[in-house]
Amino acid sequence: MPLLEVRDLRTYFTTDAGVARAVDGVALQVGAGETLGIVGESGCGKTVTALSVLGLIPSPPGEIVSGSSIRFNDEELLDVKPARLREIRGNEISMIFQEPMTSLNPVLTVGYQIEEVLRLHRGLSKREARAAAVALLAEVGIPEPDHRFDAYPHQMSGGMLQRVMIATALSCEPRLLIADEPTTALDVTIQAQILDLLVSLQQKHGMALLLITHDLGVLAEVCDRVLVMYGGQIVEVGTTEEILTNPQHPYTQGLLASLPGIGDRDVRLNPIPGTVPSAINWPEGCRFRDRCSFAWERCAESAPSLLKVEGGPGRAASCWRVEAGDFSSGSVGGPR
Amino acid sequence: MTPAEVVGPAGENSAPDPEALLDVQDLRKYFPVHRGVLGRSVDQVRAVDGVSFRLHRGETLGLVGESGCGKSTTGRAILHLIEPTGGRLIYDGQDLAELDRAQFRAFRRRAQIVFQDPFGSLNPRMTVSGMLAEVLKVHGLGETGMDRSARVCELLDMVGLHAEHAGRYPHEFSGGQRQRIGIARALAVEPEFIVCDEPVSALDVSVQAQVINLLRDLQRDLGLTYLFIAHYLAVVEYMSDHVAVMYLGKIVEMATAQDLYKNPRHPYTRALLSAAPRRDPQAGPTRERIRLSGDVPSPIRPPSGCPFYTRCPHPGKDEGCQRAVPRLEEKTPGHLAACIKNPMPTGRA
Repeated sequence: MPLLEVRDLRTYFTTDAGVARAVDGVALQVGAGETLGIVGESGCGKTVTALSVLGLIPSPPGEIVSGSSIRFNDEELLDVKPARLREIRGNEISMIFQEPMTSLNPVLTVGYQIEEVLRLHRGLSKREARAAAVALLAEVGIPEPDHRFDAYPHQMSGGMLQRVMIATALSCEPRLLIADEPTTALDVTIQAQILDLLVSLQQKHGMALLLITHDLGVLAEVCDRVLVMYGGQIVEVGTTEEILTNPQHPYTQGLLASLPGIGDRDVRLNPIPGTVPSAINWPEGCRFRDRCSFAWERCAESAPSLLKVEGGPGRAASCWRVEAGDFSSGSVGGPR
Repeated sequence: MTPAEVVGPAGENSAPDPEALLDVQDLRKYFPVHRGVLGRSVDQVRAVDGVSFRLHRGETLGLVGESGCGKSTTGRAILHLIEPTGGRLIYDGQDLAELDRAQFRAFRRRAQIVFQDPFGSLNPRMTVSGMLAEVLKVHGLGETGMDRSARVCELLDMVGLHAEHAGRYPHEFSGGQRQRIGIARALAVEPEFIVCDEPVSALDVSVQAQVINLLRDLQRDLGLTYLFIAHYLAVVEYMSDHVAVMYLGKIVEMATAQDLYKNPRHPYTRALLSAAPRRDPQAGPTRERIRLSGDVPSPIRPPSGCPFYTRCPHPGKDEGCQRAVPRLEEKTPGHLAACIKNPMPTGRA
């Protein structure tokens, strides 16, 4: 039984311009101790998927459409009472966000903010909580944790604050950690430190990690398995290696062809034409077809579901070319 | 392509290089730090601290470094969008400090900038044609309104937009399209030199590639010279003929793009390259893995001696490194580095 199982998740937002179908039929599983990556560009629904799992979708304007299911540890999160959800959130599932600067309260010391979590969720006394918080700060690699406990967020750098966020998220030893673009706001040398830290903590504590990113490089460093999202849906599933070396969906292929690698300066980049359509107006049929050089009539008629492709268990892509047996034979590089 | 020796460091008294479009000599920009009720200046941030390089016509110099290293400030100081504190800027043989107003305006026509944020750098209340026509008018290009609107259409076409986009406002465009408008605005005055300040950092990967291709095509077709500022190493290598790596307001290494990425000499460059996540899973086990500890020190009180000393992973670092700021010296032909030690042994992890 997977630790987290999401089925047919649909999260819609009502806006003045119409209903935005931000997440539209997402299914995913995360096993205990596993690292799953979700990759996609802005507006693909990856963050909304994570917020839905945590029950953090503001309603209104947001709504998780009935028929959706989010089971954590065999408990349906969409049916539990708010009090129980608060227990799970923080104790069992934690999240770290992209912007450590805006995720912490600027008028409280970082130590207090960790301590608060420990007192609320683990019922520790003030003294115990302080000791535990200092230990956590040390664990995430903050020098002089005793001293740093009393620092305010503005006195720390972005990398240090992200370490504080990780310490807070770890404070209750969650079984699942959701990291939403945890290193996007950081410099490369700091990003490498934080990714190393996340991986080592994950191995040490045996927690599952759901990593959301737009950066295929980050994905390659950290994840076992990857979901590629586009237009509020999952378009491809596979191991990290399968996705990066043998992408099957034209969108995944296009993403890889858009990135210059170090060392191939003479190759012209092959970007995906056009831009991501609006969630209010997804194209009929396949949502990628406007930007896809392989699209034919069938793509306009109906949307393909995830179809099994050659590879490990669970390997799939949502493209009619897969069914037609017309998929490219393993070339990295986009449609020419 | 011109040979590598062209980007030598320009010493204060070096002879002018007739080939160079831009010769930056010991550029410095310090920002005062104000404290207290009276707002007295108590200290200064040395954002750019002695940067020298030459840039040849039709070439691209990439400027990389982490946030706060002074790369954007360098770009802006070169265009005099902020007044440099010191140093000389020779543009096409003319010292920028000696230009009068009319000459300076002429310089502005020749040198333009594309900004990082396509959302913040366009006036939300002006249509695209209004913005572009204003630039033309200010610089006295186009006799009549008709001429100008023809030119606007031509510019939109150059950056891959259509004539019907001319009447729209910035909010009607996506990030990538806005960046194209920003590029069209820079191109409006037919410049020969463009500072591209993180032009693709705010864009999605697929759109990033579109803009990179556009910049490369424009360079080829119009013979543009770029100063390409970015923190994303692969993009900089892809765009640039030469690359300069900055740390705490100084250039620590400079070479041709190929040479810099193949044989990085400065420990900081090595660390930057090893920290950049790569999507190639096969590269994993064999590649060098250098992890820097700690953060970049404050540019208000940089460490004495080598600015990188506090984070340097070089096994041979010693008091000698702390004694004096290492000079940017030519180590192999065309390859400059500011490190007094031999390159670190290659470590594989």
